[in-house]
Amino acid sequence: MRVIQNIVGLLLLVQASIAFAVLDIEIIGAGEKQIPVAIVPMGGDDKLSQTIHEVVVGDLQRSGLFRMVDLAGKLLTEPSQVSYADWQVRGAEGLAIGNVTALPNGRIEARFRLFDVVKQAELVAQAVSASDGQVRAIGHRIADLIYEKMTGDKGVFSTRIAYVNRRGQNFRLIVADSDGYNEQVVLAQNEPIMSPAWSPDGSHLAYVSFETGHAVVFVQSLYTNQRKVLADFRGSNSAPAWSPDGKQMAIVLTRDGSSQIYLVRPDGSNLRRITFSGAIDTEPNFSPDGQSLLFTSDRGGSAQIYRMPVEGGPEQRMTFGEGSNYSPRHSPDGSGFVFAHRNNGKFYIALQDFQTGQMELLTEGGWEKRPSFAPNGKLVLFASEARGRGILATVSSDGRVKQHMFTQSGDAREPVWGPNP
Amino acid sequence: MKKLVISMVLVNLLAACASNKPAETTAAPAASGAPAAAAAAPTTKAAPATKTAGDPLNDPAGILAMRSVYYPFDIDAVQDADKPVVQAHGKYLGANPNRMVRLEGNCDERGSNEYNLGLGQRRADGVKKMLELSGAKSAQLESVSYGEEKPRASGHDEASWSQNRRTDINYAK
Repeated sequence: MRVIQNIVGLLLLVQASIAFAVLDIEIIGAGEKQIPVAIVPMGGDDKLSQTIHEVVVGDLQRSGLFRMVDLAGKLLTEPSQVSYADWQVRGAEGLAIGNVTALPNGRIEARFRLFDVVKQAELVAQAVSASDGQVRAIGHRIADLIYEKMTGDKGVFSTRIAYVNRRGQNFRLIVADSDGYNEQVVLAQNEPIMSPAWSPDGSHLAYVSFETGHAVVFVQSLYTNQRKVLADFRGSNSAPAWSPDGKQMAIVLTRDGSSQIYLVRPDGSNLRRITFSGAIDTEPNFSPDGQSLLFTSDRGGSAQIYRMPVEGGPEQRMTFGEGSNYSPRHSPDGSGFVFAHRNNGKFYIALQDFQTGQMELLTEGGWEKRPSFAPNGKLVLFASEARGRGILATVSSDGRVKQHMFTQSGDAREPVWGPNP
Repeated sequence: MKKLVISMVLVNLLAACASNKPAETTAAPAASGAPAAAAAAPTTKAAPATKTAGDPLNDPAGILAMRSVYYPFDIDAVQDADKPVVQAHGKYLGANPNRMVRLEGNCDERGSNEYNLGLGQRRADGVKKMLELSGAKSAQLESVSYGEEKPRASGHDEASWSQNRRTDINYAK
């Protein structure tokens, strides 16, 4: 049977690798202020230039924080060709130019410059290179540089996301670029996969797989694809979460009764139980300082968000009011958390500040689940539904800009944003 | 390769039968002699097993033909209406100590996947406990949860949800 399973897995992998990811991205809304930028296609290799241009413009537009200034046919590649007055008239605040070449060693090198048109100053002059076939990575890196210089926040276009694609009974665990391109199939099988969780250094994914007939937690290297079982006790093993230093994990086991939270080292050693409620305690998430956990519990009669010290101790209820709440995730700065809020038959993505205790809905509601922050805290990735399919969606942390990403066929589920590269 | 085809056909067959009403379902034959095969089968609503004369488990009109227990939303306790079914299975298992049963808890899609995994496990464990009280031995029983990952019906409405909130009582060969 194991052999058969492996063959099925291989077949699915082959299938996956020939299926090109066609993405359909819808952007809804715009930032309070959109920075006008002129992105001039790079000189040099035409094909490379075109791809980089598409990636940079796509990234900046999807953020909702930028407006593309019409180039009016102007093509320039050198600083000596920059006339600030020209671009001021067109209303640009930023101007990006550059050259891209395929080097003899197979690498691609882009020399990129960004100018502040208002202050009439060069902001960035940098060479960005990548191996052949990684031209999109260059585009993402340049978009990150523009985003960072123009907004003051770190960009997240070079990060990756993980999610599960479900087609009928076929489940694939996928890692992709932040825009959904460049898919890598981590695991493909005919049994469910859920709850992917990135190690803080982005080298490993922990996840739950049902391939042996019940929920088991695995940890898999994204470099070697080698994996090992982290927890396979009777009942369900699930909800893996990494501590910020990567030295500890929280998991949920039902081996002693109802779902309870345990700590364990990533090698499976030093397992110890930290909640003793007898209710469902699940979805642990470490605070950025590693000192506390948020989690979901129904100990009060409905699913709500709670907080507790990592090493055990007093547990504090964080969410009140109508409805139930699930899947808490700390913001990267530790000031609050996102979660899925269910009320009146709808799921919303919600944000709560630790200090005020106020809940703010980021979305209009629908079938919206499993939010996670981008590393810069400015965007939230979540699972949604549109056109009868499960899709990936993002919302800016101020709720103004939303994005729907239709990836391939089937349902996209269980997304999670990865760490900075 | 032939083995693979057979196994895929079997999976399709199992899936096709999964939408049968619970009263119509019968015992599942294991896909092969290997215990792993039975454990890996996504569901066990399959063609009837070869009949053992006089085994009440194979009586399509008997109470033991009922193999699913249903729940209200976000509830894991066996409801009064289903208690006779669970108790009958417990009694049967007590009288047939060689029979093994897998209890598979499922949920509707309202809730997070992880919360529902926990809820499905509580549902399966609740049935397990009642089976033990009715005569089954713990060693005969395994309880697992699929949460909301294996819905029997895929609609976003109560008609589908009510079918998906259930524990299946699946006999191994």
